[in-house]
Amino acid sequence: MIDGILIGLSTAFSISNLLMVIGGCLIGTFIGMLPGLGPMSIIAIMIPVAISIGDPSAALILLAGVYYGAIFGGSTSSILINAPGVASTVATSFDGYPMARQGKAGKALTVAAISSFAGGSIGAILLMIFAPALASVALLFHSAEYFALMVVGLSAIAAFAGSGQVGKALLMTLVGLMMATVGEGALFNQPRFTMGILDLQSGFGFITLAMAMFALPEALFLVLDPSRSNSGGSGGDIKDLRITKAEAKKIAPVIGRQSIQGFLIGVLPGAGATIASFLGYAVERNLASKEEQAEFGKGSIKGLAAPESANNAACTGSFVPLLTLGIPGSGTTAILLGALIALNVSPGPRLMIDQPEIFWSVIISMYVGNVILLFLNLPMIPYIAKILAVPRNYLIPFILFFTLMGAYIGQNNATELLILVGFGVCATLLRFANYPLAPLLIGFILGSMLEDNFSRSMQLYDGIRFIVERPMTMGLLALAVILVALPTFRARLVRKKELQAAESD
Amino acid sequence: MSFIRARRAIAAAAVTAMAFSLPTASIAEPVVESIHFLIPGGAGGGWDGTARGTGEALTKSGLVGKASFENLSGGGGGKAIGYLIENAESQNGTLMVNSTPIVIRSLTGVFPHNFRDLTLVSGTIGDYAAIVVGKDSPINSMADLLEAYKADKRGTAIGGGSVPGGMDHLVAAMVMEAAGEDATAVKYIPYDAGGKAMAALLSGEIAALSTGFSEAIDLANAGEVKIIGVTADERVAAYNQAQTMKEQGIDTTFVNWRGFFAAPGLPQDKLTAYQEAIAKMYDTPEWETVRARNGWVNIHNSGDDFRTFLEGQEKVIGDLMKKLGFL
Repeated sequence: MIDGILIGLSTAFSISNLLMVIGGCLIGTFIGMLPGLGPMSIIAIMIPVAISIGDPSAALILLAGVYYGAIFGGSTSSILINAPGVASTVATSFDGYPMARQGKAGKALTVAAISSFAGGSIGAILLMIFAPALASVALLFHSAEYFALMVVGLSAIAAFAGSGQVGKALLMTLVGLMMATVGEGALFNQPRFTMGILDLQSGFGFITLAMAMFALPEALFLVLDPSRSNSGGSGGDIKDLRITKAEAKKIAPVIGRQSIQGFLIGVLPGAGATIASFLGYAVERNLASKEEQAEFGKGSIKGLAAPESANNAACTGSFVPLLTLGIPGSGTTAILLGALIALNVSPGPRLMIDQPEIFWSVIISMYVGNVILLFLNLPMIPYIAKILAVPRNYLIPFILFFTLMGAYIGQNNATELLILVGFGVCATLLRFANYPLAPLLIGFILGSMLEDNFSRSMQLYDGIRFIVERPMTMGLLALAVILVALPTFRARLVRKKELQAAESD
Repeated sequence: MSFIRARRAIAAAAVTAMAFSLPTASIAEPVVESIHFLIPGGAGGGWDGTARGTGEALTKSGLVGKASFENLSGGGGGKAIGYLIENAESQNGTLMVNSTPIVIRSLTGVFPHNFRDLTLVSGTIGDYAAIVVGKDSPINSMADLLEAYKADKRGTAIGGGSVPGGMDHLVAAMVMEAAGEDATAVKYIPYDAGGKAMAALLSGEIAALSTGFSEAIDLANAGEVKIIGVTADERVAAYNQAQTMKEQGIDTTFVNWRGFFAAPGLPQDKLTAYQEAIAKMYDTPEWETVRARNGWVNIHNSGDDFRTFLEGQEKVIGDLMKKLGFL
């Protein structure tokens, strides 16, 4: 492990890679601040840039930097104009925006930055401990276990979808799985569902699909829904970034607890930063004293620190299943996984052995990214925040341009553009109907792995005997059943309680 | 395209101007003024590396004045083949890179065309295939593998990085067939990436792995695998310890070639010039640099030799695929 850390240090601290982290964090912060553009859209836009770099370590470092930057930028817009860029910073606006309205915007940003830094750093330490341990277990996995893991990943989507969203999330997952079957699979050497179109022979391009799902709809959404695009433009009045000693003392235990809790939630496939931030907010609210509880929602610094440290730790946590098992736990890590595959890196338990420089340099760059966000971005926030005042009619064409160029470059195939626009329009319609798009992408990514591992296991065991013959497979599949059954069970429990309450009235 | 063509024209003009202004210069005149390389896959793949490496050696050594590259992916390479045939008249300056899959995929009908629809320029490089086992495996030779296979036919699976009926599968089947086993009974497990196949080999899911020889050398040098057989005629200098299949009484050879094709109806003088440039390339230090960097093996088959080679390979692979039930 020490060797690995040293390799990681030397890779991450090369000048070009440091520039990647700095550049990534800055770009992420800039775009992440724009309402509506979350980490997923930004990473989707940046993938072609990263791939054109060619060196997988540098590309992943850049994308990871963009990722943290976007989350930081997202909390900035949540605090300043109450317009969270992403779901995971919604909880940040609960107390952050009231603080800004009380004229404490500077303080709120500092608390957010420090909490994010602590959450990210503690998460990175835990990642260094967790990932190698998990990878050594995963080395024993056969195709049967991978198949079962994919099933767990897919069922987790149902378990962690918002209330009333379970059906929609499962439906979108199914669409993703269906789209994954287009083209030549590993099982058959004949193309499937290509309708004779030669361009579909190798299936849908992941990058094209990611752009169509996340970059194009966001841009179109900003055009079609003008209510989202009027910015507050309050970038000018940020002053007094300092926090007092008493305040620091107050938030320290919150940060500690939420960093660990957030990390653990992030590790679970299907959960992620959004759930971690809401859960973190709720837990801290319950733990707080009576008078502090009254402050929550009115500008409590505890209420701001909790979701900020939790969502950053969860982001780091979601790298554990990505790097050790090759399974994306969230939409964002699904996009990162697609980028890695495009760079000829296959994440999984072998990554640490085959390409330790990639594995460790990503972890080390997480520290660097966190430090940069704290020391570079914080003093510059008053200036960066000016981007909130840039009219949308200048920004949207830029996003559209980069999206279209990105899909074309690398493949030089104009059909990709047709696919991009076609799916982009469909995705925009789905967004209007409030269908979540991340499950579709996760389904698409997991679909081919699910099928390949299933077919390999079928071949190896001459049938589906492997389910009963391999106890680990059986255990994982049982977990998947529990994950799917849980939301229904919980809903029924709630109904029962309500009924009882109604009866006792 | 028009941009590339314009650039080519400028380059050609520059070359001509130079030739006129320096009539006595000792700089060797390029054999071909310019070549446009058509790459049927995206940037960074094996085809991409072959075309760009060859272009680099040809231009740096002065055999070719200027090289340009175009990636045209789609249809697993089928789109580029179709493009070259449909636009044959305007593509006289184009060379397309391709490799063994053009034979396999034409046989299965995935490609509507085959190599006979194109002008065969030259096969340039190749890679042998190898069977490897994990570093801790009790298997040390093909004889051991065959023994393990005979003892437990359903439990001794061979993995590879191609689809069933693809190159790695055919190599595994070819070797087992030559060793006197029924090729259809061999359990072949496909993996979509080298890393995954290696993980499966080390976790014991598969007993052996069918892979390219240069990749196998990298893994063997890293101490991860033992190479138990290579499909070359003689031992290969790059990894002398690896026994050939022939040495072990398994009479089979296989080479995964890469080479260049031109549009159908290419004028004979152009074809001769391309072939001459490629033939001269092998003696240049620039080529040696590129070749050594990529670990390629020189396997030069020009024109009719290339046709004979491809037809031979098509026959062997076609017979095997029929036997395995893929045709």
